[in-house]
Amino acid sequence: MTHDLLESARRLVLDPTSERAPAVRERLPRLEGLEGRTVGLLDISKARGDLFLDRLEERLRERGATVLRFKKPTFTKPAPRDLRQEIAVQCDAVVEALAD
Amino acid sequence: MPSPRPALPSGLVAVVKRDCPTCVLVAPVLAELAARTRLTVYSQDDPEFPEGLDAVDDSDLEVSYRHEIEAVPTLLRVEDGVEVERAVGWQRDDWEKLTGARGLGAGLPDWRPGCGSRSVDPDLRPGLRVRFEASALRARRVELAPLEDEIEALFARGWSDGLPLVPPTLARVLAMLDGTSRSPDEVVALVPPDLAPCTVEKVAINAVMAGCKPEYLPVVLAALEAVCTDAFNIHGVLATTMPVGPVLVVNGPIRRRIGMNSGGNVFGQGNRANATIGRALALLIRNVGGGRPGEVDRATHGNPGKLSFCFAEDEEGSPWEPLSVSLGAPPGRDGVTVFAGEGPRCIVDQLSRDPESLSRSFAACLRTLHHPKLLMAFDCVLAVGPEHARVFAEAGWSREQLTQRLHELLLIPGSEFVRGAGGIAEGLPEQLADAALPKFRPGGILVVHCGGSAGLFSEVIGGWVNGEAGSQPVHREIRP
Repeated sequence: MTHDLLESARRLVLDPTSERAPAVRERLPRLEGLEGRTVGLLDISKARGDLFLDRLEERLRERGATVLRFKKPTFTKPAPRDLRQEIAVQCDAVVEALAD
Repeated sequence: MPSPRPALPSGLVAVVKRDCPTCVLVAPVLAELAARTRLTVYSQDDPEFPEGLDAVDDSDLEVSYRHEIEAVPTLLRVEDGVEVERAVGWQRDDWEKLTGARGLGAGLPDWRPGCGSRSVDPDLRPGLRVRFEASALRARRVELAPLEDEIEALFARGWSDGLPLVPPTLARVLAMLDGTSRSPDEVVALVPPDLAPCTVEKVAINAVMAGCKPEYLPVVLAALEAVCTDAFNIHGVLATTMPVGPVLVVNGPIRRRIGMNSGGNVFGQGNRANATIGRALALLIRNVGGGRPGEVDRATHGNPGKLSFCFAEDEEGSPWEPLSVSLGAPPGRDGVTVFAGEGPRCIVDQLSRDPESLSRSFAACLRTLHHPKLLMAFDCVLAVGPEHARVFAEAGWSREQLTQRLHELLLIPGSEFVRGAGGIAEGLPEQLADAALPKFRPGGILVVHCGGSAGLFSEVIGGWVNGEAGSQPVHREIRP
């Protein structure tokens, strides 16, 4: 029993900070508008995801956003690091399309 | 504080386990006592043992742990819920004295040692400790996700200095707190730049992450107190664009007790105490103080010592009194001196065999500190290597003689240091052209003896701006 306790306690660590910031990572702030911003659309390579993204691209362009399209080689694996970095460098926001 | 101990019933109390041959041996004695008086037996591994005594099940070890049972059998006499007498193992005289009974255990040997209590079993102890003592820890619990790698998780939360951290689990932090007699909730310092109150517990958490052993904790505590003073000014040391960080010099018997390095490769890698004590301090500034590179830390280049720069003085081999004593601390006392310093730099002189020649070498190298034309603004630590120290020792030079000679040799004429002199714009104002100024202010050269026994080298560690507006070296006693 004590072994179980020790085991579960191992998943708990104590906060080393002054605890002035929340323990959970904060999201980036929302963009205030789309005009002049670059939005990436990431196709995860699942069927018909492109239809959804095509329509999204039209709508985003109407609102003045520049749209860049990206595609994962396969939906079964996380996006390759280079692709993630490319998106991070080029875009202000990204929409990742799930599909089916 | 740990929650209160479970009360014990008045009368006699025995703690046993079936797995202990001495407990099995004394089972008839316990039956004998139970027949005569009020006896409560706690069994650690099997409530059916001893047979017929209706033992209380202590297989969760709470009673054993909280009442600090170290061996079984342990026999206690309890009055009004308070233990008044204790006998450990089987010793007829002790048991008779404690119980007031005569002729106990006829036919048994007079004496048999007991076995270790399960509550002190090294495999069980850390878990028991978490269970019964973790309530004393106040820090926020951060739960790692089941599939999260625990080392990566600490990086992701921004707690790391760039190297992997030891996860500060409850068990590890409790063990770390054994290193000090100070209470976990005692506030050690307000840590800049956020001026956040830092408890002993927070120090222990960061010391765990840094890789410290519990016996290093008092040094980390003293170092934190020392840097969080107005005199040391860690805020400025952190925020400056100059490449300085806290440099820790440890004196006193604790150096040997915790295995610090004062010899070969003294500023280098490979010694756990040297490497982790300095690292723990740096993590405290980062995590509790909120001082991070690119934020309040504005260093242009920084230096690798900002990860950790901590070493011990070689007092045993030194011709001089320790640095701590030269700063006013009593001899033989444990202490840490903090200095706002950059990386160390070597002074090579393999030919000087008299103190005058060697002093001149030192002076020539010291003059270039930060800039040959900038004077008085910066202190330094002069770490004299054993082979250089021998030159001074053989000539009978005291520490004061050495520093005095260096001050004389480093009195620089204004024509050499004013702006424009030597075709260099950097320098002091031209009005000082007729003056002569010393490179270092009085007391600005801190001599330490350390390093390996081979090599005619010394080292200099340049400081940050000294005086009221900058940082002063601070010495603090290391308390247990």
